[in-house]
Amino acid sequence: MNMNYTAEELAFRDEVRAFLDEKLPADIAAKVKGFRRLSKEDHQRWQKILCKQGWYATHWPEEYGGVNWTPVQKHIWDEESSRYGVPRSIPFGVNMVAPVIIRFGNEEQKQRYLPRILSGEDWWCQGYSEPGAGSDLASLKTRAVRDGDHYIVNGQKTWTTLGQHANMIFCLVRTNTEVKKQEGISFLLIDMNTPGISVRPIITLDGEHEVNEVFFQDVKVPVANLVGEEDKGWTYAKFLLTYERTGLAGIGMSKAALSHLKQLASRRMKNGKPLIEDPSFSQRIARVEIDLTAAAISNLRIIASVEGGGVPGAESSMLKVKGTEIRQAINDLARRAIGPYALPFLEEEMDLDYDGEFLSDKDAAPLSAQYFNNRKLSIFGGSNEIQKNIVSKMILGL
Amino acid sequence: MDFQLNEEQQMLQDTVARLVRGEYSFEKRLAFSETDLGFSADFWKQLSELGLTAVPFSEELGGFGGGGVEVQSVMTELGRGLCLEPYLQSIILGGGLIGQAGNDSQKENWLTGIASGELKAAVGLQEPQSFYDLNNIETRAEKNGEGYVLNGRKAVVIGGHCADVIVISARTSGDSRDTNGITLFALSPETAGIERRTYPTIDGAKGCDITLNKVQVSADALLGEEGKAAGVIEFQAGRAIAALCAEAVGVMEIANELTLEYLKQRKQFGVPIGKFQVLQHRMVDMMSELEQARSMAILAASVADGEQNDERRRVLAGAKNVIGRAGQFISESGIQMHGGIGMTWEYNFAHYAKRLIGINHQLGDDDFHLERYANLLQAS
Repeated sequence: MNMNYTAEELAFRDEVRAFLDEKLPADIAAKVKGFRRLSKEDHQRWQKILCKQGWYATHWPEEYGGVNWTPVQKHIWDEESSRYGVPRSIPFGVNMVAPVIIRFGNEEQKQRYLPRILSGEDWWCQGYSEPGAGSDLASLKTRAVRDGDHYIVNGQKTWTTLGQHANMIFCLVRTNTEVKKQEGISFLLIDMNTPGISVRPIITLDGEHEVNEVFFQDVKVPVANLVGEEDKGWTYAKFLLTYERTGLAGIGMSKAALSHLKQLASRRMKNGKPLIEDPSFSQRIARVEIDLTAAAISNLRIIASVEGGGVPGAESSMLKVKGTEIRQAINDLARRAIGPYALPFLEEEMDLDYDGEFLSDKDAAPLSAQYFNNRKLSIFGGSNEIQKNIVSKMILGL
Repeated sequence: MDFQLNEEQQMLQDTVARLVRGEYSFEKRLAFSETDLGFSADFWKQLSELGLTAVPFSEELGGFGGGGVEVQSVMTELGRGLCLEPYLQSIILGGGLIGQAGNDSQKENWLTGIASGELKAAVGLQEPQSFYDLNNIETRAEKNGEGYVLNGRKAVVIGGHCADVIVISARTSGDSRDTNGITLFALSPETAGIERRTYPTIDGAKGCDITLNKVQVSADALLGEEGKAAGVIEFQAGRAIAALCAEAVGVMEIANELTLEYLKQRKQFGVPIGKFQVLQHRMVDMMSELEQARSMAILAASVADGEQNDERRRVLAGAKNVIGRAGQFISESGIQMHGGIGMTWEYNFAHYAKRLIGINHQLGDDDFHLERYANLLQAS
């Protein structure tokens, strides 16, 4: 029983800290820490810095330009980068489609796409969900019909995160309607500039343009863009989802958000005292901090078991539920901490460049929007209810 | 990072597990609980013969200097068996207080016997008005020629009915909630002026309230420095909290196993009730709470014997808070999902449920520890 890092792990942590001290742009970190909006340029600027360091592709084998971090090293990176305000990598290219290409793609696909992901030349988005296929993903209807060297794709994808920036989309499409729904799905890589594709923004409840609808009308996709075998896409999709699920608990980000909350609660006043000393509010913070402490240890237990050769299974589903509930609880408290100032919806104050007078606390403006935005946490990556179904089936055998 | 027990710790846990499996069937436990002693003298003897009562003590006392993790290994298995023996009261708390505060002759008088299991200790650290605050002490100890005279009342002394020595806290100075002025005494329960009202507890153990009426004790009953016991008590209560958390994890493990088994076996509407999603999700929540509790029990064990500081205080308060909440959730959910059978005395689940609630009422419930944690919040 040992909860400490080894000397090598501590040295790695120092290396991470030195890198972030030196290379993380202050304006980007300030946006992340203050829940401000990041531009496409912000993401690309940071990705270039990470790539130069060789730390962008943490899930890839070294031969493809990845960095072969141990689970503990990945954890250290997650903790430190959250603490420093590093933007979360847009996962669709580097952490989602790339592992699928590496595992199931052909040599040509590896040669073509992996370097372009590393260089930032391609921005990928994910074409999974459809209006009629959410939690029941396998019921998707977007059709791909073979026509010589091409597939003709027709249908609609939705909730496409940052699809407005993307030039590539990986899609689950139906190639066979005669078989069980899971057995007629294929995994296609599609250039977003192909004629017949249109992207329409979906504005979310916080006024944000983060997700989109993507429409396909007679879109011609070369058969060379099929990953693996036709009709085997569901296997690849499930493989990808296990990647998506790890890290969804967001322990590092919750720690950063909690620290932000406690600073905010130290500045806000109630009954003539800092809010953090208010009996009822301090107990609300205490409760979420305690839950986070427990979840952090649970996370370490999973990491240690993976480090020892175990496979993260449905335990990560359980932690995804707990972790997202905790983060949402922190967002809830941050909104409560500003009292009536949770009401004004001041988009101008959400910009880091804002140089006017703040209506109330300097950090107040994004808090309500952030609270609403993060309701997504318990919905995406497999809703928390779906996670419970997984645990029920995989661990409990019910 | 490694969350596995080492070989020795694993052997220790396996030893206790085997013993509990062999000797502590549910039917036997019910019978032990109904005796005057309230537990099994024979099982206690076996624990002692295997050296298990000496686990946290030094080698001179026949122990192997076990720390938080060793105690955790023992307590989790005792929890799984719902064991009634006074391990927490005698070994952890009584032995802990005497070991930390006692002088050589007191250690010789009491500690050797406690470590070997021949003597049983209990502790009277709370009073009717204390409400879990161990500094809230009104029992007075006044110095006189021959030693001290004690007057007051100690509340819910688990294991006090059969103890050979009872360690109590009393005030030698200060007001009822002062940190300073608290003093420990080691008493024989046979001393004149001590009255015990003995009762069974809701979770199957036995305890008593103790009235001290002009109890004359000699100066050598004084344990440690006069007026300076608050820190000792806090430290040992911390060790006991970690031990209780470990016990609770064992209790929760079985409670969840029983519930899951029941969901698979009980049929209604022609299918096992575990096919119903609403019950599946509740079961997953029970598992998830258990994992949170397990994480906190591990963390608590890691600080149990460490330096007394705010970090240790936070961890222990946090752990007891999580254990309290998780315990109640598992207790209530398990009874609910068992339906009628969960309400009966003759089926074992209810006894696990009662112990989980019982643990929440020992050394502070989740509300108490939440407040304590909140008072220790750091701004960043």
